[in-house]
Amino acid sequence: MLRQMEGSQAVAHAIALARPQVICAYPITPQTHIVEALGRQVKNGELPGCEFINVESEFAALSVAIGASAAGARAYTATSSQGLLFMAEAVFNASGLELPIVMTIGNRAIGAPINIWNDHSDSMAMRDAGWIQLFAENNQEALDLHIQAFRLAEDLSCPVMVCMDGFILTHAFERVDLPTQEQVDAFLPPYEPHQVLDPADPVTIGAMVGPDAFTEVRYLAHHRQLRALERIPEIAEQFAARFGRRSGGLLRGYRTEGAETLVVALGSVNGTLQEVIDAMRADGIAIGSVSLGAYRPFPQAALRAALDQARRVVVVEKCLAAGVGGIVTEDVRRALHDGHRLDTVIAGLGGRPITRAALREVLEHACRGEAEPLTFLDLDREVVERELERESQVLRPGPTASAVLRQVGLPGAPFGRGREGRS
Amino acid sequence: MFQVRIHGRGGQGVVSGAEMLSTAAFEEGRFAQAFPSFGSERMGAPVMAFCRIDDQEIRLREPVMAPDALIVQDPTLLHQVDLFQGLTAEGFVLVNSSRSLDELGLAEFTARLRPERLRTVAASEIALRHVGRPLPNAALLGGFAALTGQVRLASVVKAIEAKFPRKIAAANAAAATAAWEILAPRQERARA
Repeated sequence: MLRQMEGSQAVAHAIALARPQVICAYPITPQTHIVEALGRQVKNGELPGCEFINVESEFAALSVAIGASAAGARAYTATSSQGLLFMAEAVFNASGLELPIVMTIGNRAIGAPINIWNDHSDSMAMRDAGWIQLFAENNQEALDLHIQAFRLAEDLSCPVMVCMDGFILTHAFERVDLPTQEQVDAFLPPYEPHQVLDPADPVTIGAMVGPDAFTEVRYLAHHRQLRALERIPEIAEQFAARFGRRSGGLLRGYRTEGAETLVVALGSVNGTLQEVIDAMRADGIAIGSVSLGAYRPFPQAALRAALDQARRVVVVEKCLAAGVGGIVTEDVRRALHDGHRLDTVIAGLGGRPITRAALREVLEHACRGEAEPLTFLDLDREVVERELERESQVLRPGPTASAVLRQVGLPGAPFGRGREGRS
Repeated sequence: MFQVRIHGRGGQGVVSGAEMLSTAAFEEGRFAQAFPSFGSERMGAPVMAFCRIDDQEIRLREPVMAPDALIVQDPTLLHQVDLFQGLTAEGFVLVNSSRSLDELGLAEFTARLRPERLRTVAASEIALRHVGRPLPNAALLGGFAALTGQVRLASVVKAIEAKFPRKIAAANAAAATAAWEILAPRQERARA
């Protein structure tokens, strides 16, 4: 059924259709609307057989999900930003214990400086925690990925994060096609645990493993992630056959035919990027893009095949490894043969709007081979230079964030404080 | 694609207004996207929300930089925010006020625009009368329907009914209808 609704509500619908048995969460913007909606549904008796557990922190939220999953329940939680970091120890435990929990990440920057808006720093900080990470391009895909995520997690007994851009998707109203309960039931069978805590048949989940076996256990975790590279496209195909639309999969190319330059990106920025690519194609520029649907496991072979024909690759990413540059870039580099030019564009940090105009400018540079290897989209060089100069002239320059704010004005002013003219 | 930017203050229902407008367009079988500006949402602080309406799927995620229509819920924002930034020459402007644009001191900003596309409507007063609270967004959506013809009043009413419980919805629908009835005849005459 077609409905116009907020992304968070669409995800809450998807979770409800997946018949979860335990939901636990701690509120943090921008994912809060999802678990609020689910809390209401449990309270109203719309989710029979599901317990909503209020907890005192994100660490507790995921710990409860771990316990519930180990006891054989289909468990779900959601978080963002500092919330994900606060549960970090449990994040590694969930994957190490092979528990198929599904968790939504409403992607948000990590402080300090505190910032509630979107980028990918949070899920990137947990990229090597052993979870599968899927990224949604729009709200329909966010909804669909959650239904696929339970299948994938439970098939492999591996937890899955579904990453959706905070505010840009979680708070966006758009059209979604809500599946029926019958459709979802036919696609997603009841949870059949690979392991379960049962007093009648005791097992140890979380045994101490020493040097004699740790490498083997870790290898098997790696092996399971590699199997996900096969299961993700299979499940996406089965989803397409049953629901009549394409969602998920390892990656998706856009106008890649004959493209000399290919842009790689994760999440909702792909929509804006596709608009830019259409405009550049109309002007005869041979450019296309690849949207990475799966970031962990990283679809190295599929990406290599997708990028092989291009001469230049540009990674547009919403995260930064300070002192290094792009994070996704390094994964993409491993997927390239020698001879490709690879540039990085760091964009959209802390909710900075990514505009068509700014993307077009940097991509035209890249197509001419004139882009810097590392570009910060819309970086205000004057502000940076002035601050560096000031810092060099005083003994105690004080906090950088406050100094930059004094230059640019109050936070929250339209378009990042009168930046619109430039972007 | 038709792009709308709504300006107001935190607590005035700016974001709800954009959401309801998107629902109204959806009711007519069109694609619509509404989203808040990525600024601080404090009571009284300047807030923006955006709505795009199109006949095909909307992929674009940038803020609305060059709106086809502006809805201004609070004219005092003029002294704080560049409301008209990016507005196209063919653009529509709807301001919540009982005064005219000249009286509001907006004439110099709107001189380049088509006069029949510039309107004020006393949305807060209409809301006080029908809803009992000065929340102008529903009335402004009724006015927007009359001014731009992008959505029908009936669709705005449906969107209001989808958003609010029945009694509050009825009051807001009455406010939207009242604003529509004030502006629609003027727009008819302007078009004639």
